[in-house]
Amino acid sequence: MVGGTNEIKREEVEMAVVALKPGYEEAVDFRDKHENFHGNQVVYLHWEEHLSFCSAIAFPLPPDMPFGALIEELIPTYYGMHPDYQSLNWEQVEWKIDGKPSTPDMSKSLAENGVGHKSLICFRTPGLNGYRGSCS
Amino acid sequence: MAGIVSITLQNNDEARPVIESILQDNPSANANYMPGAVKIDCPERLVVKAESVSERIGRDWDPQEIHLTIVSMGGSLDEDDDELVLSWGA
Amino acid sequence: MTPPRKKKMNLKQRYALMTRGLDWETSYQKMDDVFPYDTFEGIKITDWSKWEDPFRLTMDAYWKYQGEKERKLYAVLDSFAQNNGQLGISDARYVNAIKLFLTGVTPLEYQAHRHFAHLGRHIRGAGPRVAAQMQSLDELRHAQTQIHTISHYNKYFDGFAEFPHMHDRVWYLSVPKSFFDDACTAGPFEFFTAISFAFEYVLTNLLFVPFMSGAAYNGDLATVTFGFSAQSDEARHMTLGIEVIKFMLEQHPDNLPIVQKWVDKWFWRGHKMLGLVAMMMDYMLPKRIMSWKEAWEIYFTEAGGALFEDLSRYGLRVPKYADIATEEAEHISHQNWAIFYQYTQAAGFHTWLPTDEEMAWLSEKYPNTFDKYYRPRFEMWREMEAKGERFYNNALPQLCQTCQIPMGYTEPGDPTKIGFRSTEYKGDRYHFCSDGCKDIFENEPEKFAQAWLPVHQIFQGNCGGADLGDVLKWYHMENGTDNLDYSGSPDQQQWDAWQAARKKVAG
Repeated sequence: MVGGTNEIKREEVEMAVVALKPGYEEAVDFRDKHENFHGNQVVYLHWEEHLSFCSAIAFPLPPDMPFGALIEELIPTYYGMHPDYQSLNWEQVEWKIDGKPSTPDMSKSLAENGVGHKSLICFRTPGLNGYRGSCS
Repeated sequence: MAGIVSITLQNNDEARPVIESILQDNPSANANYMPGAVKIDCPERLVVKAESVSERIGRDWDPQEIHLTIVSMGGSLDEDDDELVLSWGA
Repeated sequence: MTPPRKKKMNLKQRYALMTRGLDWETSYQKMDDVFPYDTFEGIKITDWSKWEDPFRLTMDAYWKYQGEKERKLYAVLDSFAQNNGQLGISDARYVNAIKLFLTGVTPLEYQAHRHFAHLGRHIRGAGPRVAAQMQSLDELRHAQTQIHTISHYNKYFDGFAEFPHMHDRVWYLSVPKSFFDDACTAGPFEFFTAISFAFEYVLTNLLFVPFMSGAAYNGDLATVTFGFSAQSDEARHMTLGIEVIKFMLEQHPDNLPIVQKWVDKWFWRGHKMLGLVAMMMDYMLPKRIMSWKEAWEIYFTEAGGALFEDLSRYGLRVPKYADIATEEAEHISHQNWAIFYQYTQAAGFHTWLPTDEEMAWLSEKYPNTFDKYYRPRFEMWREMEAKGERFYNNALPQLCQTCQIPMGYTEPGDPTKIGFRSTEYKGDRYHFCSDGCKDIFENEPEKFAQAWLPVHQIFQGNCGGADLGDVLKWYHMENGTDNLDYSGSPDQQQWDAWQAARKKVAG
């Protein structure tokens, strides 16, 4: 009968990182660092209550791009096919950047409006809540 | 619902005597037929007796032959030369 | 009359001799050096001899039964091919479920083969070591039989030819791939908990049983046969899963919190990955046997309930967020099919909108959710299709850092809102589809911050280019053939031609 024990040393258990060798965390290369995106930052955009778009959509965008380019270029291109788009009134849109309500300055850059790498921009269009009000 | 054990077997010629034996030896067992397979549920404990299967097929049936037709199971299993038992708390 | 049963030794004696009896304690090397991987996770084992394989299957018996299973299986496969079995399936749409299976599941069988071979060398106890060796062979057999079976479909249908290449690159296949990579890069006890317990014991029934029964119902004799042949091994794998959990919990009380954390993690990861199966069952089988929700009730709520009640004597509780997963069983198949419908241009199988009859089935099976939340979505898309404006999502989706699925899941309790979760680690933001996925990240941020997220990799320029065409080439996906809707596909044209020829013959 084999009765090999593997009682282990306490300090190994108490280490925050469980790894075979010490120094694992320091040796790790995180894949989605800002510098890996060739000067762009990843920005996520989401139209609330329009879940026919299955999730927020992702773009690599220059941090100095004006916020207004979202409503002039990106949103018409990528959300324009939704029947609600035709009735969209930009004056009434409610914005959130990383979960916080925001009144973005359209002429200022994404960065100046507080949009960072992997920020999430949500917009809600009161009165427009999807196909036949179904949030789709 | 609590404590139900189950065994799922293929619904084919080879498994049929095993299915029949289970249903005979476990009066509380309940068979649910689906395409290609049968799921047999039983409260607490289910036994597959080698003797019962052997009688049906006219030869000595080894409980390990269950490996040829089993599809899935629920419960803790214990097997020896005479029977295969599924139960909880073992 | 039954002939007398004669055996030289009984099963228990044979098992003891053929497993423990073949093991030895090393003398000129330290056991810790010979088995260097089974301690670092913090699991304390004081007596490996307490392990027992419930089936007590020895290697000689293993070969005997596996050989018999193989002979039967290949006789059926050969006959299926010889008799043009592909003509007997319910509808060619069905084949798309098999495409997803071959690209998504079969490579995992091969990964499992490799990692169980590793454990079959590196686990200190002879009982689990032999069980891992057998399982390693099983998994190789599963990969081979699946590839053999499906090679027949590859002669007639698109989307199969590049399956191993696709598994390593395609956005939605990163979901099963990353699941398994996560398990294989963990220590041996976590791997056992992940694959043998959470996946094989708790969740695998949800993959194989309804799906193979579905294959039987849709006339796919070949898949039923490999499925049930593989599943006969699965029952043995399940006993390994439950045994390993009990063993860890019985060996030392300090193991409980570690095991509980793993059970929570792998239940949640498995639940998310099986959302692909949910979609296959509810949307991809032309003839349906049961809904995902029904399968979840039978195999998780009922069978899992009995299991966790039994394990509660060790202090183990039901996996965290099991209630949320059960709530999601009302939504996950619809949400996933909607993801693939709108990204059909980048899918290696065909998509379609459910017919009226299929929507009626979905309403009946999902009375709480389908008509209210999902029928309008499909009806809107149907209207758009009718106008010649088929709905495509032309931007790339935000992915969950942990499960890597597009973040399309809704808030618990509110199916009209996407659930967004995020956290910071070393100055960067990370996003998650759920509390379950966020918890997993926060327990091991140094691991999950390395995730290869397909969307971000495209942005970084690592996937062949920035345009859809470039990326499809890099995926080895043939544009206009492997992807897009079933309607108008070469698969459909061929199927329709076969059906027309049959009618002609029938006069």
